[in-house]
Amino acid sequence: MRVNTRFAAAAAGAAVLALGLTACGGDDSSDTSSGDGGSSGDSAGEVEVFTWWAAGSEKAGLDALVGVFNEQHPDTEFINGAVAGGAGSAAKDLLQSRLQTNDPPDTFQAHAGAELQDYISAGQIEDVSDLYDEFGLTEAFPADLVDRLTVDGKIYSIPSNIHRANVVWANPTVLEDAGLDPAATYDSMDDWFTALDAVEESGVTALSVATTWTQVNLLETVLLADLGAEGYNGLWDGSTDWEGAEVTGALEDFEKLMGYTNTDRDGLDWPDATQQVIDGQAGFNVMGDWAEAAFAEAGKSSPADYTYFPVPGTDGVFDFLADSFTLPVGAPHPDGAKNWLETVGSAEGQAAFNKAKGSIPANTDADTSDFSEYQKTAIESFGQDTIVSSLAHGAAVPVATLNDISDATSKFTTGASDLAGYQSELAAAVNG
Amino acid sequence: MNHRFRRYGPPILLLAPSLILMAVFVYGLIGANFSTSITDNHSAATATGVEPTSTVWFENYTRLLGSEDFQHSLINLFLYTVVFLLGTLAIGFVWAWLLDKPIKGEGFFRSIYLFPMAVSFIASGVVWRWLLNSNQGENASGLNRLFQMIGLDFLQNNWWNNVTFGILAITIPAIWQLSGYVMALFLAGFRGIPDELREAGRMDGASEWQVYRHVLFPQLTPIMLSALIIIGHMSLKSFDLIMSISKPANYQTKVPAVDMYLAKASFDYADAAAIGTILLVLVAIVVVPYLIKTNRQEK
Repeated sequence: MRVNTRFAAAAAGAAVLALGLTACGGDDSSDTSSGDGGSSGDSAGEVEVFTWWAAGSEKAGLDALVGVFNEQHPDTEFINGAVAGGAGSAAKDLLQSRLQTNDPPDTFQAHAGAELQDYISAGQIEDVSDLYDEFGLTEAFPADLVDRLTVDGKIYSIPSNIHRANVVWANPTVLEDAGLDPAATYDSMDDWFTALDAVEESGVTALSVATTWTQVNLLETVLLADLGAEGYNGLWDGSTDWEGAEVTGALEDFEKLMGYTNTDRDGLDWPDATQQVIDGQAGFNVMGDWAEAAFAEAGKSSPADYTYFPVPGTDGVFDFLADSFTLPVGAPHPDGAKNWLETVGSAEGQAAFNKAKGSIPANTDADTSDFSEYQKTAIESFGQDTIVSSLAHGAAVPVATLNDISDATSKFTTGASDLAGYQSELAAAVNG
Repeated sequence: MNHRFRRYGPPILLLAPSLILMAVFVYGLIGANFSTSITDNHSAATATGVEPTSTVWFENYTRLLGSEDFQHSLINLFLYTVVFLLGTLAIGFVWAWLLDKPIKGEGFFRSIYLFPMAVSFIASGVVWRWLLNSNQGENASGLNRLFQMIGLDFLQNNWWNNVTFGILAITIPAIWQLSGYVMALFLAGFRGIPDELREAGRMDGASEWQVYRHVLFPQLTPIMLSALIIIGHMSLKSFDLIMSISKPANYQTKVPAVDMYLAKASFDYADAAAIGTILLVLVAIVVVPYLIKTNRQEK
């Protein structure tokens, strides 16, 4: 007993000593960093970059971008403010409260397009048009893209990468088993339905889909296929009638497509749906081109293990979404943020970032010679296709509208509303 | 004066910090929440004060309560609460009753029944999402696969993906987690009844059933009420279990707490606050009568 007490006392003493030492260590390091940098008061001394790129290919991309940043701006310390979870929803929640309490990060990631609208109307982000001139980006970015980022003549963010949302991924083995030619592409929804019927008859899921947002992703590609690029754009500027017969036709196609899908969809997220194609449990899957990374991770190669083509009826249209970086009003280190934005927009930064992330650079000067096969085809399409804004990824409509559309879609696909009810709810969601 | 201060001063000073904290962080925030809920603060711009807000009084409430979608959430919440309450009370009571009899390994069973409560709703939700997979037939997994393996194919169903009763599938893990807790409450109740009462009953010639029916059960009423309140208010606030089994956008499993989360995420602070107030009122309807009752009993 006595020994025990003594031992405990010794252990406690050792613990205190250890704590003291670490405390000293902490002091030392902070002393030196503020000492030699001498820049903690300087607004270019550091930059806190707020993203939801915390895992997988997204993290790999961010790491590559930081590598370029450290070369270009060795005096600005990069502070990673990445928040994991919920495909960005956890990060957006936190960002919302930070902006609300006037504690913004130095720069944050946001989907380019209408999703920025809330921040703009709340006066939370700065106009960065000047930086486009300063960094010489106006020429380097395609005009189509810059138009979509411009609100009332002002540009509020610098895009880092571009993804395409209207891509079908298919498993050639499954298609062959169903008696289809795996190299075939389909001109219209009707052609595709024939193929989907064949796959369904062969006993596997014809089209895999996951939870609500992936269903909205599918919906937007069907709208795009049936209304065409112009009609689709009209949905967002009011020139296409949501209550019209054309939209009804598209929704009928959407309903039909949902009939080919897996019944456990609402419990899954996109990787699960893509995995079904990888594993041969499903024939087709419609997903943005970040799915490419999932195929690559599974060690698959195209065209032997998987094929991809634009959603039938949308050939020649690039359904775009982009991540971008902003300059929040009241950022503690605006010069650090400008340094970061310069790297994000630069050809070197975009090449390094997008190669790792699997997306394509917005900056056309970026060197893409060593990009993957898919990325090269996407870059080619982006150069020549008509560009439209994605609905499911915040490019076409603000968050509140998207939430209403998601609610209506979930209600419809679970069978709680009929097609007419769905159509009028969609119209109400967009027209307010 | 001095005398009075000596008598009341120290207790008041001691209580003051917690009273002030309560006033600010509980009642103050309830007030702030309510005052947000009667404005038209529906966007990021109005929230930061770039655009003005005005008081619209109960317009948000009437719009919410009148909307079919919010009614669906309320009905879901009602179904969920009723089944969750009945399930935990019934199972918890039966377990307590069984363990009340002197049986071997009582401590063992008590722990087994109580363990699920130690798991967080989020963690158990992830597992139950796999168990409650809605695929049937060849692609079935989880419980549906189990039904196939033991030849009860007809029991296969789409669980929480049913539009009307899907929410009831989520009560299965909820009941599984909380029944042990209700059992512990009832068991404490059983143990609190002195043996003399049972013996007296038996002396008077009561059968085993009659002893329970007329001697023991009536004394468990207060326990029953506590269990009802605790499970009831947990049920009204339920959010995490639903979020981890289903997803916020899924219509079939919407409850007001999920709506509140979604409203907040789309910068609709007024609606979020209004839903919060509605939930508070619902919880108050359950809890306040209980508080009044216990207060009376203590007097």
